[in-house]
Amino acid sequence: MLQAVQKFYAKSESVRAYTMLSPALILIILLMLIPMILMLSFSFFTQISFVEIDYTFTIQRYIDFFQKNLLVTLLIKSVKISFLVTLVTLLTAYPVCYYIAFYVKKNKMLWLVMLTLPFWTSYLLRVFSWKIILGTKGVINSSLITAGLLSEPLTFLMYSETAVIITLTHAYAAFALLPLYVSLEKIDFSLIEAGRDLGLSRLEVFWKITFPLSMPGVIGAILIIFIPTVGDYVTPALLGGTDGRMLSNMIQAYFGKINNIPLGAASATIMLFTVAVVTMVVSYTTKKLTQRIS
Amino acid sequence: MEQKNNTLLFYTLLYFVFLYLPVLFLPLFSFNDSNFMSFPLSGFTTEHYEEMWKSTNLHKALWASVKVGVVASVVSTTIALFAAKAFARYKFRGENISYGAIMMPFLIPEIILAVSILVIWLSLGFKLGLVPVTLGHILFCTPFAMLILIARIEGFDFSLEEASRDLGENAWGTFYRVSLPLYLPGIIASLLLSFIISFDEFILAFFLTGSDATLPMYMWGQMRFIQKLPHVLALGAVIIVFTTLIVLLAFWLRNLGQGKDKADFGIKIHE
Repeated sequence: MLQAVQKFYAKSESVRAYTMLSPALILIILLMLIPMILMLSFSFFTQISFVEIDYTFTIQRYIDFFQKNLLVTLLIKSVKISFLVTLVTLLTAYPVCYYIAFYVKKNKMLWLVMLTLPFWTSYLLRVFSWKIILGTKGVINSSLITAGLLSEPLTFLMYSETAVIITLTHAYAAFALLPLYVSLEKIDFSLIEAGRDLGLSRLEVFWKITFPLSMPGVIGAILIIFIPTVGDYVTPALLGGTDGRMLSNMIQAYFGKINNIPLGAASATIMLFTVAVVTMVVSYTTKKLTQRIS
Repeated sequence: MEQKNNTLLFYTLLYFVFLYLPVLFLPLFSFNDSNFMSFPLSGFTTEHYEEMWKSTNLHKALWASVKVGVVASVVSTTIALFAAKAFARYKFRGENISYGAIMMPFLIPEIILAVSILVIWLSLGFKLGLVPVTLGHILFCTPFAMLILIARIEGFDFSLEEASRDLGENAWGTFYRVSLPLYLPGIIASLLLSFIISFDEFILAFFLTGSDATLPMYMWGQMRFIQKLPHVLALGAVIIVFTTLIVLLAFWLRNLGQGKDKADFGIKIHE
């Protein structure tokens, strides 16, 4: 009997693979799947007092969400800010990756390590350093005043949507640089040369050959920047003021000092749903777009 | 290969300035003799470092972060090693779905992972503290560790393992004498990078620590008081130097013994 089991085990690749995957899958089920299902079910309950929760099923929390102007505004603002951050990060990072992929000949590795190094230093400290730069008595204002170019500090720099967008663009740069570089590096340069030999202008070559071929990197970058920035908490909390607040700051408040766990859970669920919808829309439209270009 | 392009080179260098300059202001102002972080600099001092060194709360937070980081990196690297081996070695049904599932914590806004664990932890009647933070960090570090390890194990010559088995070594012996030494640079890189991720992680700690602050939580608490800011800067400067050294070590190890063309920057995008 034991021998039969051993034989079966040795033969089947799937069984062996799943045995090795089981710790990771159990981890995901216990610490992600079940907690998320529980959070989803809490979004259908009601908080009656500070400690008591009524466990009868209701969709009232979702109605609450859409009736509260503040929450809907914050959701739209979160999506808008993330969209802008994604766009700015992609546009600024693309030329850098292009340069390293096609112009740098020696020590490409070193360039890449140098590009991704700041990403590994504490996220909190990176956000904080922008507070030093943009603050009322910060680097920009104090330098301009010392130089005599300003008499009053520029107040719009700090505690605004712009501050949040600049900081997030800096914080998530590596998320664009890595996938963009990987996809550009893979492009066979002879295709570009062939395009030029056929008389296409540099711009045409880029638009018809290079850019479509780098599409996988672009899609990857869009997704891995958009998803975490929608749910970002630290940057809007440190630099956003009232103008740059995002949905996460409200979710934190519902789980914290306001103590309305069901409404917090409903807000988190709506955020997750938004992320899922954006992911699907992005994958679908870019797929259609690349089909049309090529 | 293209010829030269000075405009693009200039832009790339400018981008490097954008990436590095903000972070360098922390060490700069940490030596400045003032409570405000503004120009002109008023004088050189190491006072903030002395002040930082004296804080007992900081020592407690540092110790908490080290404990969480060590446990999280060891457990997540172990779990990820088995998973990475399965993906690199076998073709099996449900491979893509399993891969997607394990990568999920990386693809969901972290705040959602944090509140989900918070809800289940409180529903079970447990107390918040370093245990749920460590569990959260294990969940969050595993996908990273797996990416690093897959990049290392992929292209590994599995016939070496088979040869060892044929020569009569048992499974454990094969792992210990053949696979482990070859995977070791990848494993150490994964341990170091997972430790850094956990050490710097804020959101999960913010929701799950309760009263036992980790280092990022301690810094967050100090950032609210203007007079405490300089010593946050000193601490920040120390952390930046320390993480940079660890990450460079990890990158170096990660590429050790890899062919030049296989060498990459630690994380490989799986297709």
